[in-house]
Amino acid sequence: MVALTLPKNSKVHRGRTHKAAAGTAHVRRFRVYRWDPEAGGNPSLDTFEVDLAACGPMVLDALNKIKDEIDATLTFRRSCREGVCGSCSMNIDGTNTLACVKPIEDIGGDVTIYPLPHLAVIKDLVSDLTPFFAQYASIQPWLSADSAPPPAKERRQSPDDRARLDGLWECILCACCSTACPSYWWNSERFLGPATLLQAYRWIVDSRDEHTGDRLDYLEDPFRLYRCHTIMNCTSTCPKGLNPAKAIGAIKKLMVERRG
Amino acid sequence: MAAYTIQDHAYDAVVVGAGGAGLRATMGLAEAGLRTANITKVFPTRSHTVAAQGGISAALGNMGEDDWRWHMYDTVKGSDWLGDQDAIEYMCREGPGAVIELEHYGVPFSRTEDGRIYQRAFGGMTTHFGQGQAQRTCAAADRTGHAILHALYQQSLKHDAKFFIEHFAIDLIMDEGACRGVMAWGLEDGSLHRFRAHVVVLATGGYGRIYQSTTAAHTCTGDGGGMALRAGLPVQDAEFVQFHPTGIYGSGVLVSEAARGEGGVLVNAEGERFMARYAPTAKDLASRDVVSRAITLEIREGRGCGPNKDYIHLDVSHLGKEMLQQRLPGVVKNGRVFAGVDATEQPLPVVPTCHYNMGGIPANIRGEVVAPKGDQLEATVPGLMAIGEGACVSVHGANRLGSNSLLDLVVFGRAAAKHASASVKAGAPHAELPKSAGEEAVARLDNLRHANGAIPTATLRRRMQKIMQTHCAVFRETGHLDAGIAEIGQVWRDMADIRVSDRSLIWNSDLVETLELDNLLHLAVATIHSARNRTESRGAHAREDHPKRDDERWLKHTLAWVKPDASVTIGYRPVHLKALSEDARAFPPRARVY
Repeated sequence: MVALTLPKNSKVHRGRTHKAAAGTAHVRRFRVYRWDPEAGGNPSLDTFEVDLAACGPMVLDALNKIKDEIDATLTFRRSCREGVCGSCSMNIDGTNTLACVKPIEDIGGDVTIYPLPHLAVIKDLVSDLTPFFAQYASIQPWLSADSAPPPAKERRQSPDDRARLDGLWECILCACCSTACPSYWWNSERFLGPATLLQAYRWIVDSRDEHTGDRLDYLEDPFRLYRCHTIMNCTSTCPKGLNPAKAIGAIKKLMVERRG
Repeated sequence: MAAYTIQDHAYDAVVVGAGGAGLRATMGLAEAGLRTANITKVFPTRSHTVAAQGGISAALGNMGEDDWRWHMYDTVKGSDWLGDQDAIEYMCREGPGAVIELEHYGVPFSRTEDGRIYQRAFGGMTTHFGQGQAQRTCAAADRTGHAILHALYQQSLKHDAKFFIEHFAIDLIMDEGACRGVMAWGLEDGSLHRFRAHVVVLATGGYGRIYQSTTAAHTCTGDGGGMALRAGLPVQDAEFVQFHPTGIYGSGVLVSEAARGEGGVLVNAEGERFMARYAPTAKDLASRDVVSRAITLEIREGRGCGPNKDYIHLDVSHLGKEMLQQRLPGVVKNGRVFAGVDATEQPLPVVPTCHYNMGGIPANIRGEVVAPKGDQLEATVPGLMAIGEGACVSVHGANRLGSNSLLDLVVFGRAAAKHASASVKAGAPHAELPKSAGEEAVARLDNLRHANGAIPTATLRRRMQKIMQTHCAVFRETGHLDAGIAEIGQVWRDMADIRVSDRSLIWNSDLVETLELDNLLHLAVATIHSARNRTESRGAHAREDHPKRDDERWLKHTLAWVKPDASVTIGYRPVHLKALSEDARAFPPRARVY
């Protein structure tokens, strides 16, 4: 059944407000989603007033400042703080992105921060990516070849063949794209989603991989591949500037071509 | 103490950490048929290996003649003769095979016109024992660490290794001098775990976060070193901390050495390419310690750039847009995001930034942890291995060459897997653990979880980082080090007054950061004491009051044991000055000039 309103326990209540000291000049309000699994109850939106004069330029800097100086219980993932590890993916100002490379000054007004959409929340901004990673593993994301590689030498690959991997191998599995996709929201158990499909295409076009047919067979399914309706949220949200929609389009084209 | 339920596990091998070294070991152990578990506090592809940019060295000779013996010479010289030459021989000799293996796993290396792995120039990498500039660093654009880490995780999936993701290792389980397993805390559900294993491999990475300004990720907190020190084991050569010449001014984000390898140059406020004065031959591609000192001196002498004259310019704009986009896209992107500079047109503002720990848990070339007992200087700890940046083999000695760390990870990750799978029988029964095994670790966790003092974790961490940055950075001096030792001792004592605000067990990142701080603090204490103790200058350790290298007294590794009262016991191990085999010759110490 379609739920016309959110279930009662999902309604986001107004949370606590942490005011900045009186007289602070460069205050920005950060409104951050909170949910504590051990306390139970409904999630809330806490408000933190942050002094931008004493804060780094990125949203992650503000979150760190909040955790270090205002509320140490605020929970989020972070590691590299330079946009390469994919830990701090979250929904900022309505868009999925990495907090560490999202400048605060690019956002007008209050900064609203939620976990990635449509995933189970573990705590605050930490969502459960286990099903996402299981889908990634399902496409057998490794080089698969029956012919033995030359002993003690690399497999040769021309610069042109190698260039076909550009825009694909850089994916950091942050899940921004998949969790921005309405088709994925609706069918995330069966539709593989843009990140996993982009990864699948990375192996399909690798000139060293010999199992293109098997890979296409696995994707030839009304849900796994064809739930992509070219909405393109994936491409517009990717913090690495990749184009999953184009990769998915290329897979669909290969499907048509091999039918002859 | 509250009652905790503990889940018991038994594996043949347990690897802690899922960066390059940990994953290479994990896939090798799983491939060999050992029941293997990997415990990692972050999802594997989030590990900091992902941030390695420039490449992985190996004498493939794809871009011109090369020989692993030249690579060995460069590494020995780069280490300022503190590296163990047998280990360096092993690493350089295994290098080409290890890189080819990565290619076979699917790493998307950049390619030469004839389809081979592309190799670029890097600092300190030469041909003919210092005569020419080598092109030895195998690259996947400037995202080589990302390419390798993802491929190793993919191989681990292929070999069906068991991962405990977002599980934090608390402490080792030691029993009569042997390691029997490890205690861990599962963040997702707050569960506690006792792992028994015939062998525990620590692959926990570096501890750059003891400094205020570092290229290291938030998660580089030396958890393995902390666990080893608490277990009464020493760390080796902790005083040798590499400051990378080109961290972006302000954020500390790394600009790869590949920028200079591809032709970028360092320029001071007067527009001078000053490296020619410090390293007439190698210039901008001198060893990292040399370049970092040169930049620091330029800034100190008033030739820094910017309104406060406190950084130097790294210029790549003359290389051309197309080349930069193809070879250095990450450098351009980081310049834009973290310095607000378009590197294709303007120079990047850079400063030396803490980057790598040459020191770590002492280990031999099989990956076994070494802990001298009396005059048995090579005695190993049964059941315990260490690899990667968290270990000290020592292949980097007093200074690591760029692109030798990714090589270290895969070569010794592979060596550890080989040794463990040869010495452990798959499925062999486990002896009973002592009844109290793991209780101390749980008590420590419980104690910090309920810590109700006055000082928040972040405040104490910041104090530690500031002390290390002020007293123990690029240049060091007795007075500063003594002051730093006194101050860091106070931070240690203030751990008793720490405040943890989150009392929960599920994803309590406040408690994680506190456990991490405890590990960092152990290593900060070991680092600053070891630095005070070594009264010479060698590699990355530059003592202003002892500016010369002193082979007579100091051609030896430092060992440091940290006591519960923050005092440190210092010991030594000799440097291995002989080669491993007859295929190579050893290089006796001589002056190090670039």
